[in-house]
Amino acid sequence: MRNELLKLLSTNARYTVEQLAVMLAADTQAVAAEIDALEKAGIICGYKTVIDWEKVDATSVSAIIELNVVPKADLGFEEVAEKVASYPEVEAVYLMSGGYDLNVVVKGKNLQDIARFVARELATIDSVTSTATHFVMRRYKEMDVKLFEGESDDRGTYLL
Amino acid sequence: MIDYSKILSDTVQDIKPSGIRKFFDIAATMDDVISLGVGEPDFQTPWSVRKAGITSLEKGKTKYTSNSGLEALRREISNYIDRKCGVNYDPLHEILISVGGSEAIDATLRAIITPGDEVIIPQPSYVCYEPITQLCGGVPVIIETLAENDFKVTPEQLKNAISDKTKALILPYPCNPTGAIMEKADLEALAEILRDTNILVLSDEIYSELTFAENPHVSIASIDGMRERTILINGFSKTFSMTGWRLGFACGPQEIISQVTKIHQFAIMCAPTTAQYAAIEALRNGDEAVADMKAEYNRRRRLIVDGFNKAGLTCREPKGAFYAFPCIKSTGLTSDEFCERLLESKHVAVVPGTAFGKGGEGFVRASYCYSTEHIIEALKRIEEFVKENSK
Repeated sequence: MRNELLKLLSTNARYTVEQLAVMLAADTQAVAAEIDALEKAGIICGYKTVIDWEKVDATSVSAIIELNVVPKADLGFEEVAEKVASYPEVEAVYLMSGGYDLNVVVKGKNLQDIARFVARELATIDSVTSTATHFVMRRYKEMDVKLFEGESDDRGTYLL
Repeated sequence: MIDYSKILSDTVQDIKPSGIRKFFDIAATMDDVISLGVGEPDFQTPWSVRKAGITSLEKGKTKYTSNSGLEALRREISNYIDRKCGVNYDPLHEILISVGGSEAIDATLRAIITPGDEVIIPQPSYVCYEPITQLCGGVPVIIETLAENDFKVTPEQLKNAISDKTKALILPYPCNPTGAIMEKADLEALAEILRDTNILVLSDEIYSELTFAENPHVSIASIDGMRERTILINGFSKTFSMTGWRLGFACGPQEIISQVTKIHQFAIMCAPTTAQYAAIEALRNGDEAVADMKAEYNRRRRLIVDGFNKAGLTCREPKGAFYAFPCIKSTGLTSDEFCERLLESKHVAVVPGTAFGKGGEGFVRASYCYSTEHIIEALKRIEEFVKENSK
């Protein structure tokens, strides 16, 4: 049940426990207990809402920043990654294969805000050797959800 | 002035138009309608299948194929039916690729019916069998399948329907709209009656991959002695979400398929070439996509059946296809009234059971080819409607 339950919750966190139980052909209490266990084990890490901020607050800006980092002898990338992750401006941090080390997603009020954050905070971290900042110009899809007007249901409704 | 009733054939004029058009005409005037009316998958055709179609176009494969269809595709179909149903058909002589399952049904009935012949049609069922039989000059003999028999054809019903004029039995399982399936034992019992007759079975198995019982779908062609008296019809529309590609097939004894092919040759020439190339990919590499879609259908199926029962509309578990067929008799409304009022007051569209035959009175068909969010909203409105309309 675990994988199917997670898959369902990943598509819609607002399913009720009853609805989940019906879809999984499982007992309601068993589903509730499983969700509880998944939360306690840190497998379910949170429930958030997919928001098209452009429709609310057109002035907010996001950027993806590529960081090159000198790893520490004992700690590898962990120490710097944790430091970067602790900034509230940072939405996501990934260790990457390929041309650079850390991929950092940053959100700010405007371009200057993010530029300042990169210059003052990220670039000044000791082990960071270079940064490359890419501003997001438009979001088309967020967490599997299309943010543009989707295709309408054009199935021929008169057919049986 | 020209009198068109003198132009049109008497047979055509006698055929009733599909009853559900008016509901969708009403629905079209509303902008917030939640429909559970559509009888086709909401999933996209798997990308690799679409890609195969595109590649064939890029390579300029845009000519007619042979009348029977691409040999490579017929070989894949032969393997597929062998793998799924355990029946072997010679790809060169016993398989015809058609324009959807629909054309295969039409051409088969035309190939077998001599005017006056009787064709046994279980109802509620898909709407095409009766008019096509009539167009061929055949006489439809209806078996009303019953909820208490899980909408299966019983051996007694079959025996009672057979006369010395019976030419064929249509076996539309898994069934649209009831969601009924016929399991092996059910088919054995019918085979027992049919085995020593000259009655042909037209087995429309278009929903064969969408069954949710313990055992997978069984084709009557796989039952002892039945292969020689069965035309097995299937297609790509439901299984692979390929409705618009228009591709199906008929498998059966060479003696019949060769005659059906004659009709297909003169009426159609060949099935769409692009679709045939895409279908080869579907049969070679489509299993995983089908399994994913089926798992999603199953979750929706449980949700919708549970929702109807909670709303106070008794809904048996549909074991196949992608429809729920709840009983609405508790509301005291006819199927037509129920659908019309539900649409007008709650803006939810379902199809009256009577659209699928008189025996559908007291039931409505709700498709679950919709997202779970969509289904949940529809069920919420239906529950409100039932509360407001129960005495």
